[in-house]
Amino acid sequence: MIHPIPSGTRDVLPDETREVRAITATLLSVFERHGYGEVYTPALEYESVLARADMAEAQPAYRVFDESGAVLVLRSDMTVPIARVVASRYASSEPPLRFCYFAHCYRGVRPQRGQPRELLQAGIELIGAPAPHGTAEALTVLCHALDATGLKDYRIGLGDASLFPALMASLRVPEELRPTLLDSLVLRDFVGLEQALAESGLAGEAIELLLSVPQRRGGPEILAGAPAEADSAVTGLRQVHELLERAVADRVILDLGLVRNIGYYTGAVFEVYDPALGAPIGGGGRYDELLGRFGRQLPAVGFALGVDRLHIALAGEERGTGALLAREMSGGRT
Amino acid sequence: MTPINGLTIAVPRGALFGDTVDLLAGLGLDTEELSKNDRKLLFEDIGVITMRPSDVPTYVEAGAADLGVTGKDVLLEQGGRAHNPLDGGREVYELLDLGYGRCTMVLASKAGPDPAAEALRRLGVMRVATKYPRIAAHHLEETGRQAEIVEVKGSVELAPLTGMVEAIVDLTATGTTLRENNLVVREEIVVCTARLIANPVSHKLKAAAIDDLLTRLRGTAPARERESAGRETAGA
Repeated sequence: MIHPIPSGTRDVLPDETREVRAITATLLSVFERHGYGEVYTPALEYESVLARADMAEAQPAYRVFDESGAVLVLRSDMTVPIARVVASRYASSEPPLRFCYFAHCYRGVRPQRGQPRELLQAGIELIGAPAPHGTAEALTVLCHALDATGLKDYRIGLGDASLFPALMASLRVPEELRPTLLDSLVLRDFVGLEQALAESGLAGEAIELLLSVPQRRGGPEILAGAPAEADSAVTGLRQVHELLERAVADRVILDLGLVRNIGYYTGAVFEVYDPALGAPIGGGGRYDELLGRFGRQLPAVGFALGVDRLHIALAGEERGTGALLAREMSGGRT
Repeated sequence: MTPINGLTIAVPRGALFGDTVDLLAGLGLDTEELSKNDRKLLFEDIGVITMRPSDVPTYVEAGAADLGVTGKDVLLEQGGRAHNPLDGGREVYELLDLGYGRCTMVLASKAGPDPAAEALRRLGVMRVATKYPRIAAHHLEETGRQAEIVEVKGSVELAPLTGMVEAIVDLTATGTTLRENNLVVREEIVVCTARLIANPVSHKLKAAAIDDLLTRLRGTAPARERESAGRETAGA
C-alpha cells in the first residue's frame, strides 16, 4: 500500500544515505580541523524569537501552535538559531566562536518546480571575527571542505552586499527609488534595472555606473577600474582577496553584482557554483548586525552548503555529465 | 559550424522564432538547418535547442541552456507570488530587452456597455478568462477588484462570447483578433517584448562569453525593434 508524503520531502534509503553520510563526514572532519564545533538546535523555534532577524526570502514558511497557544516555526536556516544560541549561551565568552552544523531546514516551495521543503544544510558560523580576516577564514574553510569532498570544478562568486547601496547613496539616487533598483538587482532583472534608471531622471554618467558596475565579474583586475563611489566595498573585497592562499584565490570570481536575497547580510557575500549544476550549491556572507539584534554585538560570517546539491554536483562531475558540463564537452568536440 | 562563444541557447518555436533566428544569424551563427527543419529539437553543432516559449525559462533555470529567448509575458506569468515583490519566480537573469515580439497584455470585454463593469457593480465580482492566470490575478488584485479567474488553454476570445465570463486578459499585438470577435480593449496591463535570459551559474562561469554576446547584441537590437514593430506575435 502506498502512503503519500508531502511534495518536496522524501525518504532517504540506504544507498543514498551512505553517500550523503560520506559527504557530511568529510565536511565535518574539515570543519573540526579548523576548530568549528558541531551544534544541534531545535527544528522548532518561537516565531517571535526568529522574527528578530531580517530573513527576506528565507522567512520561515511553516507555523504551528503549541499547547499554550504560542506560535512555533520550523527553522528556515541555521544562522539565526546560532545567533540566538550565542546571545543566550555564550553571552560572556571570549570571541571568536566557531560553530558548525548539519541540519534540516524548511522552506516554502512554488508548486511543480521540484523544490525541496526540507533541505539538509551543512555550514559554519564564525562569530566575533571581523572583515577581512574572518571572511578570508570562512572562504578558506569552504574551499578546504569542498576540496576534501572531491569536488573539482567549483568556483566561488564573491561580492559585497553593501556595494550597490553605497553606490546609490554616493550617486545621490533619490531615497524612494533605491528599493526599486535594489529589488531589480536581487531579482536578477537587468532589463528592469535599465528601465527604472531610464525613467529616473538621473545623470547619464550615474545611470551608466549603476548599470555597468553590477555586471562586472571576473578576476581581481575588475577591481582596478571600479568607481570611487564604491570604494569601501571594493577595498574590502581586495583585502579579502589578498589574504587568501593561492589555491583559494584561484577559485574566486569577484562579482560586483552579487546580492543574496537574505536581509541580514551586511558585507561580503559569496556563492558556490559548479558546472555540473545549474544553481548555486551554497553560499554565505557577513552578517555584522544580526548578533546585535539578539543582544550581543559581534561581527560574524558564515556559509551553508546544500548537501543534496553538493551530492548532485559530485555525481555529475563523476559521470562527466550535468547541467553545464555535458554541453561544454560536446561544444569542445565540434 | 560552432556554437556562439561556446554557449547553448534555448530558442522559442512559434511567434518569436523568425526574429530569433534572424538575430542569431546576424551574430554569425549558421542557422540554415535551424530554419529549415522544424521537427528537429536539438541542434548540437550550433548550440541551439528549440522548444515552446513557455518552456524556455524552465530549461535555462535548470542549466540545460546557458541563454534563452522568451517573451516578458512568459516571465511574468511564471513569476513569483503577487504579495511578495522579492519573490522573483524563475531563478534566471533577465539580461536584455530584444525589442521584437512586441505586444500588449490587455483586459478586454464585449463591445458596447462593459459587461465586466456591470458584473462588478451588481454582483461584486467579475469572471475573467485567460491563459495568464497569474498576470490576470495580480492585475485585478492590484486594482482592488474581486475576480474569478477561469483558466483556458485555447482561444480565449470564445469565453466572453458564450457568456461564460465577462472579460478576458490576453496578449495582443495588433488587436485584429479582438476586433474580429467584437471585443474591445478596456485596459492595457503591460507591454511585453522578447527578452534574453541567462542561467545564474552560466552568468558567472561563462561571464566573458556572455558579456561579449551582450555587447554584440546591444549593437543590433535597436535596429531590429524598428524592423519588427507591429508584427503579430505572442509569447505563448
